[in-house]
Amino acid sequence: MLNCREVTELCSEELDRALGLRERMALRAHLMMCAGCTQFRAQMATMRRLMQAYAQGDAAGLGDDDAKDEGSAPR
Amino acid sequence: MTARAGVVRASWRAGSAVCAVWPRWFRRYSATRDPIQRQQDGFMRTSEAAPPDDPAGDQSVSPEALVALRGDMLRFARLQLRDAAAAEDIVQESLEAALRRASTFAGQSALKTWVFAIVRNRIVDHLRQSQRSVNLSSLGDDDGAPSGDEQLDALFNDSGRWRAAARPAAWPDPEASMRSRQFWRAFEDCLAQLPPNTGRAFMMREVLGFEPAEICERMGIRSGNCHVMLHRARMKLRSCLERAWGPGEGRSC
Repeated sequence: MLNCREVTELCSEELDRALGLRERMALRAHLMMCAGCTQFRAQMATMRRLMQAYAQGDAAGLGDDDAKDEGSAPR
Repeated sequence: MTARAGVVRASWRAGSAVCAVWPRWFRRYSATRDPIQRQQDGFMRTSEAAPPDDPAGDQSVSPEALVALRGDMLRFARLQLRDAAAAEDIVQESLEAALRRASTFAGQSALKTWVFAIVRNRIVDHLRQSQRSVNLSSLGDDDGAPSGDEQLDALFNDSGRWRAAARPAAWPDPEASMRSRQFWRAFEDCLAQLPPNTGRAFMMREVLGFEPAEICERMGIRSGNCHVMLHRARMKLRSCLERAWGPGEGRSC
């Protein structure tokens, strides 16, 4: 039986590769019982959607003034 | 002889019963899986679509309109490359390319989409050309050990279940957020907060559509670590977005 931590890893991996049948079944079994992980999976889907929108330039334009100090270094 | 036939008949009956149940189960299962799969397919298509490369051009795209996008392009490129000088070069080249190919562009509403496709393709070329663009010494500072991430320990208890305070709750409607400048500002801030290599790997995957195997190869890391890196990036981004959106109502496992 997978725990929540392992399930979050699978939820991430399914965005990067096709899961095997056994993994998909284990994931589904857990999700049926766990609202937290079900939300987590939905959040992963939302994040992918946001990233796609961002990649395609759908983000509301912020203009030039922010360009100076953002993005080049982590904080 | 008759006993054998009986067994065969019985197992055939059992088999057809499984067959009758399977498609229903499978359909139900696929329905839950579909949303992500569908998104993924769409995403691979768009990220690989190159803008038409036609050097002859008239001036149907105004330079002013392009220059107005420069700030957005620059932040976009910086977040992916984590290299201000390279980002600047790519944005400059992209602006020049966009002006040269202005005749191939149709429709003002999608100008940013079109220009961002040019930038994305230039970034892909840049990453593929510069072998080992990552200086390996910097790998240690954010993505050393594959285990022992404190952030994950804060979310899960010892048996690997969500801690009560960390249980994911429903997020607000992303469609509404996507119309808000403020949201996108917070979103970019969250991306900028990812450690450099984690951020680079994540953007290669989510923005540029690289396969994880290629990300590993380009970054010179083992394939297992690649998934770990992407997973960590998602966990970090998720936590950051959750802060941006405010805590929701907690749910139990």
